[in-house]
Order: sequence, then structure tokens, then C-alpha cells
Amino acid sequence: MAELRSGRPLLLQGNEAIVEGALAAGCRFFAGYPITPATEISEMMAYRLPAVGGTYIQMEDEIASLGAVIGASLAGAKSMTATSGPGFSLMQENIGFACIAEVPCVIVNVMRGGPSTGLPTKPSQGDVMQARWGTHGDHPIIVLSVSTTRECFDITVKAFNLSEKYRTPVILLSDEVVAHTREKIQLPHPEEIEVIDRIKPNMPPEWYIPYEDNTRGVPPMAVFGDGYRYHVTGLVHDVRGFPTERADEIKAFLTRIHRKIYQNYFDIIMTEEEHVDDAEVIVITYGAVARSAKRAVREARKRGVKAGMIKLITLWPFPRQALEPHLKRVRAVLVPEMNFGQVSREVKRINQGMTRIEKMNRIDGQLITPDEILTRLLKL
Amino acid sequence: MAELTKLIHKYLRHAKKFPHVWCPGCGNGILLGSLIRAIDRTGFEKDDIVLVSGIGCSSRLPVYVDFNTLHTTHGRALTFATGVKLANPRLQVIVVMGDGDATSIGGNHFIHAARRNLNLTAIIVNNNIYGMTGGQYSPTTPYGSYSTTSPFGHIEHPFAIAELAVTAGASFVARGTVYHTNLLDELIEKAIYKRGFSVVEVISNCHTQFGRKNKMGGPIEMLKWMKETAVRVEKAEKLTEEELKDKFTIGILVDRELPVFTMEYEKIRQEAKKKVSA
Repeated sequence: MAELRSGRPLLLQGNEAIVEGALAAGCRFFAGYPITPATEISEMMAYRLPAVGGTYIQMEDEIASLGAVIGASLAGAKSMTATSGPGFSLMQENIGFACIAEVPCVIVNVMRGGPSTGLPTKPSQGDVMQARWGTHGDHPIIVLSVSTTRECFDITVKAFNLSEKYRTPVILLSDEVVAHTREKIQLPHPEEIEVIDRIKPNMPPEWYIPYEDNTRGVPPMAVFGDGYRYHVTGLVHDVRGFPTERADEIKAFLTRIHRKIYQNYFDIIMTEEEHVDDAEVIVITYGAVARSAKRAVREARKRGVKAGMIKLITLWPFPRQALEPHLKRVRAVLVPEMNFGQVSREVKRINQGMTRIEKMNRIDGQLITPDEILTRLLKL
Repeated sequence: MAELTKLIHKYLRHAKKFPHVWCPGCGNGILLGSLIRAIDRTGFEKDDIVLVSGIGCSSRLPVYVDFNTLHTTHGRALTFATGVKLANPRLQVIVVMGDGDATSIGGNHFIHAARRNLNLTAIIVNNNIYGMTGGQYSPTTPYGSYSTTSPFGHIEHPFAIAELAVTAGASFVARGTVYHTNLLDELIEKAIYKRGFSVVEVISNCHTQFGRKNKMGGPIEMLKWMKETAVRVEKAEKLTEEELKDKFTIGILVDRELPVFTMEYEKIRQEAKKKVSA
């Protein structure tokens, strides 16, 4: 069966596991444009999607790719695109559209060194802030990160689920190291995977108010062609979806699309802790660097340093509540990143003087090694 | 008149969304009339029609009609339409864009959509100017004419939109005007029926911006200008180049059978189902 390669062990790279995860989550439409180091995702999708009745299309650029993804999602298909820095920059315009029109979709950004064409074949974590603030205007967004091949599978499924549940684009940040590292993994059986689909309206079409608020803050989403003829626009709109310039309607709309993310904060934030309970120093880390940090923390423990680590899977909304209890308690925190300090800045912002935050950065296209982190940990 | 009232009640969001945003005398209203008459003749259900647009005056059109309507980002309407059509080929997808929208910011999407030959209908309203932003020159502003950003006369040469679509590989290409409404109804109807990428360029008037800056008069004078300048394709064949100078042709420029993307892709699916195993 072409649908899911579960059950037996596989040797997969991160990019391939993202494709497996997407298919398992029900993704049936992919539009993309070739770019290193994300291309394998497109190639695999071109091969796998038609066999499961889905559609792959290579568009003329990344702007078009995300446009097609949004269109397909409105017509009922779970949709995804994958790119890297330069393409991610081009997508910002339509990410904003997906936010304001509340169209579920998943955007994978396999990070490489920047700015501009930068370092096409080298890893980086330089797009954390762009993922949060890249498109103009105040907007809600969910950003997840992955550090292992297995996570590439699991978190891609999660990305689709969150996107469908909250009617929002979800950005999945990978990086060149995670994308191209081959690891042995065993994919779960389909029945073990939780797949969430968007809620569709069940009232008669004349009663359907497409953007009406409810307790969840997420209105049911009609599919084009199902008989609920409604208007979708990138303009700020009233509850019926039509453009508005009324102050009360503008405020109500923008408040709701933010509220739907923040009131479901604990459903969205995901972190992973290791040895934190008795830790005196902790490493806050994400992506490929988390792999090095894990080794460094274990090594530090062997040398008698009570080190721990918190791996961030959800980057935005920033998992403040998961970090605060530890910041209150530990002696020092190290934030190693392959950038000049994007998450460390956020950690400092929430720290408010509770503990000492040290950043650690590499911007030379190389992965931070376990030894480097260990050396810093021993000095903390 | 009774016929017209019936169409208004059937297709327009008449109770909610009027008056519209367009200037009095704007060609967009005439196009809207043509579009709903053409759709009515095709007999498609309202639920099966998706009307997609970009950004600009003409792109406000979907707000007023009772279909599945999608008002996208500037220049990107065809990319959204591509996704809608591929996810559900049963839907009849019609895209309305302006000249700046389709051939400037969306120029690349336009030629690739034509080349790809997906079964979409693109209606491009060409009024030679960016109207909504206040009259800046567009890719179809003629050489020597005036706009707010060419106060001393325009020095670039315009795109011929329909001819560009022919060269880019569209299956069906036609040009009409908002003066020749019977012809326009017919061209839009044929374009919707056509399997493959179809384009209708609609020459329209922006008397508020383009007409005013170039002393072409009001809407009536501009409609007269269309009447005098347009030559039927069939008639143009018999005329010399000299006689066709400063004229444009209207009618069907090309109507050809080319493989349609969705049907080709269905073959790929069958092939993949045989070859791809886990």
C-alpha cells in the first residue's frame, strides 16, 4: 500500500519523514518551487501524492506556491508547501492572507544560512523571528521546530492538526542538518496517529455566518462547492466575510483571531524536558542544536554538573509558562543557537531578572558541537 | 427588464452589498452585467462557480455576486485559482483581474497559467491605468500618454494582453470591450465553456483617471472611442497594416485544443498507483 510506510524500520532523512508525516496527516495537495535544502520534500511529494489520489504541482515561484496551497485548502484539501529562506521571504505576503482569511495550511521552512542567497547548503536558525513577524501587520501564528527524523514525522502531523483545529497557517521550522540527517525510524500505525480535521458547518447554508465568533474563537469552515457560498478576502472583514471599515468590527475581528491562539495556548505549546528536576543550570534549545545539547548535558552530568535541558518544539506562541518555573529556580541558563541570538532574546524578555541568561551563537554555517556546549556548561 | 430583474435577484448580493465602490459610468458595471448574463447562459449552478479576483477596482467584483467568492492578494489571483481548481476540478473557476494586477505584479503567474493550461477562465479588465490608487501608469498605458506618475508623457511601451496570452499558450483568447456588450457576453460564455486556459481581455474605460489625464472626455466619449477604434478580427484580416494603425481587434484571437492539465494529471495518478508502492 502506497499510503503509509508504517510498521517496519526505515532509514529516512528529515525531509522524507516530513513527507511521511504530511501524508499520514491527510495532506493531499502540495505546491512548491525547488530550493536547497528543502527540495527532497517536493521530489517525494511529486512521487507519492498522485498515488494516493492527491495533487503535486511545481509552481512558477514561492509566492504562487503558497497561493495555490491556500486555494486548495479553501476547496477542501489539506495542503502544504516547503521552502527555505529566500522562498520563505517570498511567501510572507500570502502567509498574511492565510492568517486573515483563516485558511489552514502548513509551511515548512528548512532553514539555511542568510541573509539573501546566503549559505544554501549550510544550516542556520536565522528565521525564528521572521517566522513570527515576517508578514506585515499584527497577526497570530503558530511556529513549530523539529530536531530529529522521528520528530519530523510526528510534528508534521501535529502541524496539520493545529492548523486544521485553529484555522491558521502553521510554520514548521527545520534546518539543513535535520533535513539531511538519515536516521532509523519506525513509523507508527495509522490507527495510532491522531488526525484532526477542520470543523465544517452543519447548519443550513442560509444560517451560516462564516466568521462568527464562538467559545473556541474558531468558526466552522465551509468548503467551496459544498453549498455555503461565502466571501473570502484579505481585507479586514465583518462576521459575514465582507470588507468592513467599522471600528467595532475591526477590533472584534482582530481580537478574535489572536484570542483563538492564546486561549488555546496549552494545547499548542510543546516542550521536552531532560534532567530538569534537580538541574542547577539548564540549556534552552531547539532544532538541530538540541541534538548537541542533549549529548552535552549527559556529559556534564557525568562530570558532576547538575545540568538539564528544555527543548522547545513550539517556538511561537513562545512557551513562556513552560520556562518560567525553571527560570525562577536555576542558577544559569544557556541558549545555544545558529544565529546571533533570536530565541535567547525572547528568553531574556520573559526572564525579568530571575536568573542569568547566557547566549551562545554560531553564525559560520556550522552546527554547534556537543563539546562547545559542554565547555560553556562547565563554566556556567 | 423582467429578465434583468430576475438575473439581479438570482446572481447579485443585491440586498447587502450595494451601492458598489465603482465610479459612476465605470466599465466594471457593464462587465459585471455581461458576466452574469454569460454565466446564466452556461447553466452552471451557483454553488459550482468560484469567482476569484486580485486587488484593484475590477477585483472588487466578487463581493457583489452570489458565488463562492475569493478576493486574494495583488497579482496572485491565478495562483489561488490554480489551487482551487486542482483540489476540486468539478468547480468552475473564473478569475477577474485588472491590467496592473494580471500583467504587472501578476505577469509571471499569468504567462505560466497560460502555459500550464489548467481549465480556468481569466477575465482581464484593461483600462490602461491603476485606477484604485489614483491613476498611475500600468503595463498597458500607451506610449506618450499621461498619468500621475508619467506627468511628462509615458516613455514605456504597452503589453498587448491578448497577444501575450496567445504566445504564452492559452487555449482560448479573445478581446472585447464594454461598448460591444453582446459580443462580450458571447466571448465570456465561450471562454467559460472552453476546456483549457481561456482569456478574455476586456477593454474598459477609466474616465476618472486615464480619460481625465488624457483629455478623452467622460464615459460616453470613451465608449465612443472604443466603438471607433475596435475592429472585428474577421474584418481586420482584410485590412492593411496602415489601416489598422492605432486600432485594436476584437473577437476570438485563438481557439485551439490543447491537453488540459487536470486530465493529464489524472493519467499521472493512474500511472503512479501502478508504480508506487510502500
